[in-house]
Amino acid sequence: MITLQHYLFLAAALFILGAVGVMFRRNLIVILMSLELMLNAVNLTFIAFSRYLGSIEGQIFVLFIMIVAAAEVAVGLAIAVAVYRQRGTVDINQVNLMKW
Amino acid sequence: MEAVIFYALAAIILISAICVVFLRRPMHNVLFMIIVMVGLAAMFILLHAEFIGMVQLVVYAGAVMVLFLFVIMLLNLDQIRLPNDPRQARTWIGVSAALILLFFLFPVLRSFIPAVSAPSSASDVSNTELIARELFTTYLLPFEVASVLLLAAIIGTVLLARKRS
Repeated sequence: MITLQHYLFLAAALFILGAVGVMFRRNLIVILMSLELMLNAVNLTFIAFSRYLGSIEGQIFVLFIMIVAAAEVAVGLAIAVAVYRQRGTVDINQVNLMKW
Repeated sequence: MEAVIFYALAAIILISAICVVFLRRPMHNVLFMIIVMVGLAAMFILLHAEFIGMVQLVVYAGAVMVLFLFVIMLLNLDQIRLPNDPRQARTWIGVSAALILLFFLFPVLRSFIPAVSAPSSASDVSNTELIARELFTTYLLPFEVASVLLLAAIIGTVLLARKRS
């Protein structure tokens, strides 16, 4: 029998994989993709809770997360294109002007 | 039956996610990401969230991933090889912190979340209708504000990606 825990474990594993990707990879595009992975893990958590608590609010919230994520990806990729045009690379180690 | 589908989907999603994070070529990353998205859409449908599952399929697997593919294609990223210098110590500290978080998260989830089975969804109203009713009554203002956010994102994207004259 599949319980709420199973879904939460899967979502936690997905989230951690995304976090590892953000810290491990240096390609800006792949980092954005790992961010998407983390957002999707959160979406899965919301939907699982929505199902097991019998409430529709979780699904509404996921809809809004998707809207924000779509906006974020569009702006992020535009920044990636601008960075590539400026520096000729998408390696984040080469783009460290605002890093301490 | 639900258990079989769940474990099969979970295996597909996790393996593809590992490929997304650790394969070296961006094109392969995107293709495996599409598999993750489709798997998650199936998972949402398994959780009786049919509408969200379909939106996931259209918005993520369709639009967002095509956007990624376009940028990779435009920048010719697939041919770019990042230099193979060793990663700094703080990278490894971050990665191990994430893994430690995972091993803390599992016991916490196990002890605080009751292992209940899902309530039977005996509602005769469809999932889409339920969402629509909530979205256009209780959450009408956030729904309208979201359109402003999307407009801002469109304008910002055009301004950022425009060629400087």
